[in-house]
This record gives sequence, structure tokens and C-alpha cells, in this order.
Amino acid sequence: MNNTDIVRSSLKKRYAKEKRFKAYGILSIGLSLFFLLFLLFDITHKATPAFTQTYINLDIDFSHKNLRLEEKSSYSEKELFNASYRKLTSKALYQLFPEVKDRREKKTLRKLVSSGAQYDLRDLVIANPNYIGTKQSIWILADDDVDTFAKDLIDRNLPEVQRRVKDNQIAWIDHLQAQGKIQKELNTKFLTQGDSREPEQAGIWGALKGSLYVMLLTLILSFPIGVAAAVYLEEFAPKNNWFVDLIEVNINNLAAVPSIVFGILGLAVYINLFGVPRSAPLVGGLVLSLMTLPTIIIATRAALKSVPPSIREAALGVGASKMQVITHHVLPLAMPGILTGSIIGMAQALGESAPLLMIGMVAFVADIPQGFLDPSTVLPVQIFIWADSPERAFIALTSAAIVVLLIFLFLMNLLAIILRKKFETRW
Amino acid sequence: MSDLDLFSIVIVSTLIVFFLAQQKAKKWQMTDSGITLHSLPGYYGYLSALWTAIPALLIFAAWSFLEVNATSMLVVGQFAELQALDKSSLSLALNEIHLLAGSGGASSAADASINAQAAVLYLQYMDDSFLLKTSSVLAIAALGFAFTYWRITPATRARNSVEQLTIYALLACATIAILTTVGIVFSVILESIEFFKQIPITDFLFGTHWSPQIAIREDQAGSSGAFGAVPLFWGTIFISIIALMIAGPLGLISAIYLAEYADKKVRSVIKPILEVLAGIPTVVYGFFAAITIGPLVRDFGNYLRDIGVNLDIEIMANLTVSTESALAAGLVMGMMIVPFILSLSDDVISAVPDAMRDGSTAMGATKSETVWKVIVPAALPGIVGGFLLAISRAIGETMIVLMAAGVAANLTANPMDAVTTVTTQIVTLLTGDQEFDSVKTLAAFALGLGLFITTLLLNIIALHVVRKYREQYE
Amino acid sequence: MNDKSEVELLQELGDTVGKPTIEGNPRMSCRNVDVFYNKDSQAIFDVSVDLAKNEILAMIGPSGCGKSTLLRCLNRMNDTIDDCVVKGEIKLDGEDIHSKSIDPVLLRSNVGMVFQKPNPFPKSIYDNVAYGPKLHGLTRNNAELDDLVEESLTKAGLWKETKDRLNKPGTGLSGGQQQRLCIARTMAVKPEVILMDEPTSALDPIATATIEELMYELKSSYTIAVVTHSMQQAARISDRTAYFHLGRLVEVNQTNTVFTNPEHELTENYITGRFG
Repeated sequence: MNNTDIVRSSLKKRYAKEKRFKAYGILSIGLSLFFLLFLLFDITHKATPAFTQTYINLDIDFSHKNLRLEEKSSYSEKELFNASYRKLTSKALYQLFPEVKDRREKKTLRKLVSSGAQYDLRDLVIANPNYIGTKQSIWILADDDVDTFAKDLIDRNLPEVQRRVKDNQIAWIDHLQAQGKIQKELNTKFLTQGDSREPEQAGIWGALKGSLYVMLLTLILSFPIGVAAAVYLEEFAPKNNWFVDLIEVNINNLAAVPSIVFGILGLAVYINLFGVPRSAPLVGGLVLSLMTLPTIIIATRAALKSVPPSIREAALGVGASKMQVITHHVLPLAMPGILTGSIIGMAQALGESAPLLMIGMVAFVADIPQGFLDPSTVLPVQIFIWADSPERAFIALTSAAIVVLLIFLFLMNLLAIILRKKFETRW
Repeated sequence: MSDLDLFSIVIVSTLIVFFLAQQKAKKWQMTDSGITLHSLPGYYGYLSALWTAIPALLIFAAWSFLEVNATSMLVVGQFAELQALDKSSLSLALNEIHLLAGSGGASSAADASINAQAAVLYLQYMDDSFLLKTSSVLAIAALGFAFTYWRITPATRARNSVEQLTIYALLACATIAILTTVGIVFSVILESIEFFKQIPITDFLFGTHWSPQIAIREDQAGSSGAFGAVPLFWGTIFISIIALMIAGPLGLISAIYLAEYADKKVRSVIKPILEVLAGIPTVVYGFFAAITIGPLVRDFGNYLRDIGVNLDIEIMANLTVSTESALAAGLVMGMMIVPFILSLSDDVISAVPDAMRDGSTAMGATKSETVWKVIVPAALPGIVGGFLLAISRAIGETMIVLMAAGVAANLTANPMDAVTTVTTQIVTLLTGDQEFDSVKTLAAFALGLGLFITTLLLNIIALHVVRKYREQYE
Repeated sequence: MNDKSEVELLQELGDTVGKPTIEGNPRMSCRNVDVFYNKDSQAIFDVSVDLAKNEILAMIGPSGCGKSTLLRCLNRMNDTIDDCVVKGEIKLDGEDIHSKSIDPVLLRSNVGMVFQKPNPFPKSIYDNVAYGPKLHGLTRNNAELDDLVEESLTKAGLWKETKDRLNKPGTGLSGGQQQRLCIARTMAVKPEVILMDEPTSALDPIATATIEELMYELKSSYTIAVVTHSMQQAARISDRTAYFHLGRLVEVNQTNTVFTNPEHELTENYITGRFG
């Protein structure tokens, strides 16, 4: 057998191998793509229930007696604020289901509506004082279990002990539904409220604002410092200097240090040593700026490097000082690259949660933060808190919060891509 | 007046100083035609402004950072009762004093508790401190202004001085990288030493029992807790192995396919899509692992166990299955790392010169033979470096394991079972409501030290390997 | 005649002059070969030429004249370039190399190639030479493989220098040694034809001389097509010389004839150094 025949005889096997390997390649890419799609689909699917909320129509009797107000022609806002709204929904429910007499059964009946409904009614009365002394048909926010049931997420065929909505509640809900007294509306609380223990009252506005403060601080601190450090290292640093080498080694390593370690640093140095208040956007921003710095420095250095020497030489040639060359020519030319890198760094910081757990941003905060020192949380940590909550309805809320977070990240990355595409220069 | 007001005053005066000095320089230019300025008038302005603002702001920042702690110490010095307290109760008391001072409740003289008195004193000291701070900051600013404004002459090398100052400022910014590392080392090392004074380092490194729950009453049995970290190390390594077993082949083969087989158009679409995986926050992966993948893994485990029971296979019949499992966390972490390995491998594979490909093709090798016998061996150091970085990332990953792997310190090889990791324990130990100096919190810092050293070593080795590899082809 | 401009000469350019084809059975033959890159840009126009058994054909011409492109067609290395289309007929021992019965892998095991820049794999010297035989399964056991490696290295004149360090990386050798290693690597699969793409352009004069000597020795057992920049080299080593100009094969003839008595004016201009 000569060589040609040997090669020819092995060809079939070798091409089969080739085909197999190609198939593995397509398979691995396919698997990764499938996983990504599965994840995105799963989360959006789980999030959809959170975008609507169930309301129950009740005839609320705003009588003076029920509100515990004296009869007079007008009331100050404070009087209205302090009036009693607690029993309004219960009374309306008792009227709707007069057959309910048992005390325990009454309690389950009351639980059809959200425990926060009284505050909604209070705001309603303050906005419409003419309701006082009248009866109004009003859509009242339902309890999260009722909401979950109404969205068909609880199987009514399960044995009663295994579901959070009991048989008598189902009967009432069916009754209300038959009368057209249950409907779903767009969930406005989700985007306007702070956190709450009650899923139907919980929103991400507080966390969004917290994220905004933290991001603002991160940007203010890490962008100028990062660019300055990069300019020094790229343009002014002496070569073969041990101190400069030390800085470089540190930057490269900090870029790969686990984020949680930055949290420990924040806890030990900022909170315990300098006495910065826990849970505040101030300390969150300080920690995240340290994390974002290496990303910005590395991106800026790459952008500075890509500015061709001919430009520097041209500027130096007309008598500009090195500093002038950099501020007048190099930095403006490198700016798109710097901004792109910074936006990507900020996007990473926006999605970061582990280090913020360490510095107390994981606390339950119902109030909307109003400044850098107010206790607050951020969007990813809010997701973590909700993911840990046992109520079924929080799964939808968590997913919805994730969708919001992903939209923000998507927009930031899109901005980075557009910047890069628009200003990309080939020298 | 507040800190913000003081800060604004300094900034406004700086602006004024800038214009004053600039005007002064401009005047020389206008009146005396014989004199030429060394620099543009603006530089004289910058120079004076910098000398006014920088020293003042430095004093301001340092003072603001230190005054809370310093004032607190002064207050404590005034009360023997507070001095008598041990470290942790003192920090509680200080917290209360700060709260009282902050709420203004301290002003009611009727409240005679030590803390309230201390709060009154604290407020008073803080007022004094602020007064002192304001006067010294303003004095320094004025001095700086005087120092430059009256000394500048047309011959002053203003531009050179400003540029030199700027370079120092840039250097200071670059030095923050070192300060951060020092800060990290400082924050973990002191507490770790404290920890190892109480728990021998060998118990920590080689002990196989981890239960940091310290009994509430002192006399309760086992009140010291157990701090054998081996189950944590194992959990961390176990999950990282699972993640690498998934991400390694998937990432590498995808990278090879994209680099060697896919045409440019497909590549330019697929690569960014896969990189989306890297941009998704870890908390999202954690949620997905806990809510979707965890139950799937559990159901699969139960299914295996049923088969085991039916067919009488002992290992499978005794399978421990839990919703929080190493497999769920590892699987999802693996998918998270795929784009990381993909892009690192892609870089090193593209760095292999085309001459190697041509040489192999001309010998009659098929594409896959060229890939496996020439390109991968040539790129191996770079690929290994990438894998090391990926391992370091897997070890340091927190949210996925926190949400999906559990907190049970099991020493198990069963991927369906719950395990815990170093990062999970750091979070659990430090987010609870315990005082700062307990052994439990100290343990978290010791774990942090271990984590920092491990990832640091991995990174240094990986970066070194990759750099050596790059140099080979440059 | 000498007053004509190059453009005019090109316009007049008709069929290849000299003796592009040979009597009898050529080892390889090209007929009316056109090569296109990116559909619109044509690199080679209607080239027909034969390669006789046991001869060295030198391909010369100015840069970008298409000589390397034609060389890469002969073992279908152009397949690795996207958008490269080869038209016309190329035969190896009477069989069309683009036909289904001949596969690129098979073809390349018969038509080896040595590149401009020495490109040993980042492996040991031994593994470099053993790469091809292992790939194609040419040896039955390790002893046979050892023999084949020794034989190939010996033929390449590298055995004496490397026999004590076969396990050292091939990239550690000097440039000339690396190129001889690449030749040995090619010979290890026992091809019939060896294509050489400017094999000495990256080497110093001494290494070049060694390689040229080697090529001369190899002639007895192989057919060699060599692209070269150096007219002296072509004159020294080749039996026949082909002159290419802007994608066209201008003239093929016995090397002596081409260099002493060129038929075409373009060839004459080139070898007398008027351009190129």
C-alpha cells in the first residue's frame, strides 16, 4: 500500500471526526444561547404577573361615624390625616357577605383586601373631602394571596392545607368575580413605592433612588480619579520605576479581586474606622468607586494608547507643553473610548450587590431615601431581599425588578455601543 | 452653617482668587508693554487658585473624616462609666449617643442618663470642632492665597508650576490603587490576627466542623462554636469545579468554533450575544439558580432516587436531594463564566500566527486536526491562564452561591446536596445583628483574608502566564 | 522595440511564449487557470503551464504578479481564503485536483508546501517531523516512525545537527535550520511535489546557500516548484523558469534560454533590471 492509499483509506474517519467537532462547536454555542434565552424568557415570564394588580370593588361608607370625625363643614388636612380608616373596608366586606358571622371567618374575610388599603383610602379622602358622609363605590387593592389566586398562580384543586387561599376565600372571590367586582389594573405602586412587607404594597422606587444616589457618587468619584490616574500612568509615569510598577500591579490585581472583598474593606475602613453611616448611599458609592476605578483606568489607558503619536508630535511641534498636548488634543480624542469604558464600568457597578450587603444596604428600608446619608438600598440588593422573602407574590416582584434592572443595563450598554460606533476612528 | 456651606465658601473664594490673579496678570500685559509674561494670564489664576484651594480642602477632608471618632473619644474620656465599658458595649453606647445627638433629644436637660449627658457633651464638642475646623480651613485658604497672590510676578513660571502641581495630583490619584490594596490588607489582617488568637490557625485550616453559632448563654455547652473551615473550602472548590466543568468545554469549544469555523458575519452577531451573559448581574443568576434551576435539579435528583429505589441501586436510593444544591449553583455559575472563558480563549487563539495554520493545512491536516494538534497546544499557556482567572472568579463569586447553594456546612461529594462556601459564610456572618468583636465576625475576616490571598495568587500567576504567552508571539 | 512602454507591451501580450507545456506525461499541469479574489479582482489570467517529473520550475516576476497565488492553487491552499475562486483545470498525474475523487487532504499529502517564513510548530523537533506521518497514519509503530523522522531529517541535512536534541523545541533552531526542519517535515509524508514559496527570502546568504544545495539534491526524487524573488537563485537552481507579469504568464522556457535569450520584451526588461 502506498501513502496515497493509506491517506485515502483514513479519510472517511477523519472527515467524520471533523464533522463531529464542528457539531460540538455549534452545540456549545447553541447551549449557551439556549441558556441565555431560557433565563430571559423565564424571568420575563415570571415577571408578567407583577405588572398588574387585582382590585376589589367595595361600597365604602365614608360616614362621619365610620371615620370618627365630628360633623362640620370643612376639615383641616391634619384632621383628615388622623381620622380612622381602618374599619372602612372590613365594614364594606361584612355588608357584602352578611352570612359571615364567625369571628375567625370574619378575620379571613377582612384579609381579602390589602392591609395597606386604609392608607390609600386616607389619601383618597384627603384629595376628595366631599366624599365624607357619602357612600362611594371604590376599587380597593386586594391582598397579595387573592392577587396571586386571581392570576391563576394558585391551583384551586390542591388540598386546602397546601394553599395559602382557603376554601371560603375562594368562594368569596368566585362570588365577587361573578358580580364583576374583581378586576386587574396596571400596577402603579411597583414603580412609585418603597419596599414593604406586603407584596401588593411593595415597589422599587426607593431602591431605584438609592441606586441613583450610589451611581451618582460612584461616577463623581471614580471617573475623574480614574482618568487622572490613567493619564499619569500612560503619559507621565517614569519607565522602570518601582513605584509605578507597584501601582500597575495593584490596578491589574484589583480588577480581579472578588467584589465581596471590597465590601469587607468598606465595612472595616469606611464604617468602623471613619464612622461613615451604615446603609447610606455615601458608603455604597465610596465602595463601588473603588471597584469601578480599575475598569475606568484600564479603559482610559487603552483609549489614550490608541491616539497616534503623530498627533502628539504635531502639537509638540507648534510649541505646546506636554500638559497642553494632553488636555487640548489627546484627551478629547480619547474621550469616546474613555466614556465607553466608564459606562461599562458603571453598568457593572449598577448590577453589583455582594459588597453592598457587607455595608448594611441589605436592611429593610420602607422610606424613599432623600439624600446621600439616608438609609437606603439599591436595585440589585432589593432583588436579593425580595428573592429571600417567602410570599409567592414576591417571585413576580423580584422578576419584575430584574426586568427593570436589565432594561437599565441594556440601555447603558447600548449607549456605550453607540458611542463606540459613532466615534470609532481608524488612524 | 454646615460642612456644605464651608465647602461652598472655599470653592467660591477659589473662583474669586482665580479671577483676581488673572486680572493682575492681564494688567501687566496691558500697562507695561516692555514686560512679557512667562505664561498666559489664566495660568497665574490657576496657580493662585490651586494654592488657595488644595491645602484648605485637604485640611477640610481630613478633619471631617476624623472628627466623629476623635470627638467620641474625647467624650468617653469625660465619663468614667463609659471608660469602664468593654469594647463591644462601648460601641453600642456610642451608637446610642450619636443617635441621641442626631435626633436633638439630648437637649432635654431632664434626661439625666449617662448617654444623654454624653450626647449633650458630644454635641457641644462637635460644635467646637466645627468652629475650629472652619477657622483653620479659612485661615489656611487665606494663607495660601497670600503666599501666591502677592508673590506672582510677570517672570513667575506659572504654567510650569501649575503643570507640576497637576502631575502631583495625577500621581495622587494613581496612588489610590495602592491605598486600596493596603486598605484591604489592613481591614482583613488585624481582625484575622485577633481571630487566630482565639481559634488556633490549624483548627481553622484543618478542622472539618463548621458551626459558628455561639450559644446565647455563657454556660451553655459548646458555647465557643466550631470554626473548622474545611467544609467551606470544599464547598467553594466543589462548586468551582462544577462551574469549570461546564464553562471550560463550552467556552473553549465555542471560542474555537467562532475563531476557526464561523464566518465573520456569524461571529460578529454571536459573540456580542454571548457576551450579554457576562453583563447580567450575579444577583439575577442567583435568583434564577434558586427559583428555576434549583427545583429542576431537585426534581431530577428525586427522579434518580426513585429509579435507585426501584432498581435497588444503593447509592442512588440513598441520594440526599435538596432544593439548594452545589449542582444548581455550579451549573448557573458555569453559564455565567462561559463568556469569560470564551473571550479570553478567543484572544489567545487569535494570537496564534496564521503561519501555524498554513503549515498544518499544507501538511494535509483537516481543520479540527490543525486546531487540536497545533493551535490548542500553541495557545495552551494562554488558555490555562484564562482558566485560572475563571477559577479565581468562581471562588470569589458570592450572590449565586449565597442564593442557591445554601448555608449548611456539609462535607459531601453529592452535587445534589446543599453545601456552603467561603463567600456565603462571610456574608452570613457579617450581615447578622451581632456585635463587631465576636469570634463570629472575626471569623468572617479570617475567611476574607483567605479569599483575598487565594484569588490574589491565582490572578498573579494567571496574568504572568498570559503575559509570557503574549510575548512569545510579539 | 525597446521604446515601447510597459502598458503597450501588456496590451500586446497574447499567449505565453516559449514552451509552457512539455512532451509526455507531466507531473502537474495547469490549463487556462483564472483566479479571482472577491469576485471582481482577478489575480491570475488564463495561465497554462506544466511541471515535469523531477524538475525544478522557478517562478519569477515582480511583486503582485500572481506567482505565489498560482503556487497556492497547486495544493489548494487557496481554499482557506474566503472568496477565492479558481477556474480552469489543474491536474496531478492526470487527475483533476478539483474533482471529487481527490480530496484536499489527500492532495496536500501528495503536494507539500514550504513557506516564505519558517513556520515550525511550537513542538519538539521530533514532533515537528512526526506530525504529518502521525496525522495520516503512515507508520505502523514507533520504530518505523523513528526511522522515518531520521530519514527525513537526514535528507534535509539536519540530522547531524539535531540528533542529540530531538526533544528540544523546533522554534529554538536558527532560521536556516528552521526552514530545513520545515522541509524535512514536508518530506516526511513522502509527497510527489514540493511547492516552495520564496523559501530563502527570510534567511541569510549562508543559510540560503544550504537550502539551495538541498533543493538541488531533492530534485532527483521530487518535483519542485519554487517562487523566488532572486533571479540569481532561479538561474542557479532551476531547470525551467516561468516569468509572470501582472497575473499573466509571459514566458516559460529552459532557464538558460530565459536568462540568455528571452523571447518576450517584458521578460528581457525584467531580467535586465528595468523594473521589478
